[in-house]
Amino acid sequence: MDPIGFFSEPFAYDFMQRALGMSLLVGAVCAVLSCYLVLKGWSLMGDAISHAVLPGIVIAFVLGIPLAVGAFAAGLACALLTGYLKYNSRVKEDTVMGIVFSGMFGFGLVLFTKVETDQHLNHILFGNVLGVTTADLIETAIIAGGTLLVVLAKRRDLLLYCFDPNHARAIGLPVNVLHYGLLVLLSLTIVSSIKAVGIILVIAMLIAPGATAYLLTDRFERMLLIAVLVACSASVLGTFISFHIDGATGACIVLVQAFFFLLVFLFSPKHGLLRLRELRDQPGMPAGTIPGPAEPLPALSGRTDGALQQVVDQGGRPADQHHAIEGRHGAE
Amino acid sequence: MMNRLDTVKRGEAVARPASIAVNDLTVTYPNGFTAVRDASFELGPGSICALVGVNGSGKSTVFKAIMGFVTPTAGQVRLCGLPVEKAISQNIVAYVPQSEDVDWNFPVLVEDVVMMGRYGHMNFLRIPSKKDRLKVDEALERVNMSAYRKRQIGELSGGQKKRVFLARALAQEGRIILLDEPFTGIDVTTETAIINLLRDLREAGHLMLVSTHNLGSVPDFCDQVVLLNRTVLAAGPTASTFTQENLERTFGGVLRNFELGGHALHEDDDARRINVITDDERPLVFYGVKSRKKKNAKKQDAKKKTAKNQDADQ
Ligand SMILES: Nc1ncnc2c1ncn2[C@@H]1O[C@H](COP(=O)(O)OP(=O)(O)OP(=O)(O)O)[C@@H](O)[C@H]1O
Ligand SMILES: [Mg+2]
Repeated sequence: MDPIGFFSEPFAYDFMQRALGMSLLVGAVCAVLSCYLVLKGWSLMGDAISHAVLPGIVIAFVLGIPLAVGAFAAGLACALLTGYLKYNSRVKEDTVMGIVFSGMFGFGLVLFTKVETDQHLNHILFGNVLGVTTADLIETAIIAGGTLLVVLAKRRDLLLYCFDPNHARAIGLPVNVLHYGLLVLLSLTIVSSIKAVGIILVIAMLIAPGATAYLLTDRFERMLLIAVLVACSASVLGTFISFHIDGATGACIVLVQAFFFLLVFLFSPKHGLLRLRELRDQPGMPAGTIPGPAEPLPALSGRTDGALQQVVDQGGRPADQHHAIEGRHGAE
Repeated sequence: MMNRLDTVKRGEAVARPASIAVNDLTVTYPNGFTAVRDASFELGPGSICALVGVNGSGKSTVFKAIMGFVTPTAGQVRLCGLPVEKAISQNIVAYVPQSEDVDWNFPVLVEDVVMMGRYGHMNFLRIPSKKDRLKVDEALERVNMSAYRKRQIGELSGGQKKRVFLARALAQEGRIILLDEPFTGIDVTTETAIINLLRDLREAGHLMLVSTHNLGSVPDFCDQVVLLNRTVLAAGPTASTFTQENLERTFGGVLRNFELGGHALHEDDDARRINVITDDERPLVFYGVKSRKKKNAKKQDAKKKTAKNQDADQ
């Protein structure tokens, strides 16, 4: 197959165009959030919220409200419940989170089997990007676009909050707003991604791009840019690959992202495995250049006669004092 | 988020003279331990105050209470006449904790970190203005870290890291500046540079509270002292408060105290003695060294001296 055909052929189909738009949108917004999750150590939080949306989707269906609303509410409830339980017990956050989200996910599964819906469980779990309608696309564009806008506008505050919350508080930033804001943005991102990659795979989109970019740069703004580029390339490649091999699209995108990460993990110029190996295996300095032990100082004449004997140590450890004084001499 | 009302309020706070009022402050930690009980002191604008006490005397606890990071069990703190929360939200307090608890692998450079001190002065989008950049350059210059500005924050030595966070607080330009042991692990050159900067800020009406174990430098640059041992033992102007008697009360038997004098020190019959007092640092004292400088001058002005001062002299 020629390379042009690889890309042009799928484009002939409307559903492929929509799928591409969808996966690009989702890729971009997840990539931006992923930078924060990776830095804040919130990877599991992403996983937790995404799993926890399941009961929300089912309940929303029963109530006849938009599924996105139910998903968002459930996701946020998971985050808040985790925070509450952690604050009120001695159990660590990741432990609490594990219990809360698996509980909610289990509840969702039970509900799902009890309720007649027109939804396919597989599509909720793994996404169905080839089946998105124009309305889906618009909905995602609004949620993802809005989220993206807010995160990018407030990216510096959010970064400071992740880096040094105490300082953020000290300079008068509303730390609670930033904390819960980030949780809300994360929930929105997940909600906007469900149609494309499903609640199981979205966590990959929420980690891989940020992790990849983290290995490539020491500047946050560049990290954001790289993450978005990586995620969008993966979205395009993954979507097309899935068309040609007739595979699940979400899975293909995630696979390409993982592949990118692997490449960078090995070959990153500064933080890659090969570079680290190279540094480690570098021959050490030639023996001659290693400084030998310092020359002993010429004895200081008159050090022991004179005033030293008059040192009165009211602290009560005369021997120590002498040592200290002599030690400093030696180190001079 | 910052509407006009906010800006007006902020202007008002800046106009207020800097002050710290701690009234009967009691802090009990969740484990039931009362670190500070009934502590009171008041400080006004244009002042550098030393906070002195042994390990565990509650210095850091006082700082945390002033910042609102721990809630007082009793008593209250007011900054510029405002309750803590309000004062903090108006960005009038800069604080450098004793040790920074951050992820050193974060993808931020030294200059990015210092710029974080300026956020409170920036617009909603935190786009740095020329002035912000200038202040960052200045702060980095002050702590001798300009050469490292493009380093990733983890690629620094312990003392260099500390200097970066000091620079961040300086760049913040709070009217009140709290420094929790800023000079531990800092070399003498930088210490002198920072002390000079603090003096400049004092001229400009700022109020600084600095905890330190470096007793020798206290009379050198602090005009006020608060002596702490789980409560305030003494507070007031350095000259009248930072006395040997008060220090002995504050430190109990922990102080190291050297007395030098007589013919071992000098040839004449001057009866006065040199008294070297030190807290946790061991003074470097040279004996019988051939005089390099005016021995007499030294004898007269040096009542209390520590290692660092002596280092600087030589
Ligand atoms: N989070 C905490 N929970 C319980 N007790 C604490 C906590 N933090 C500090 N303490 C206790 O409170 C007392 C005062 O601590 P603080 O950190 O204020 O001392 P410090 O004067 O700053 O000492 P140092 O000179 O070592 O910095 C200590 O006895 C300490 O053990
Ligand atoms: Mg302390």
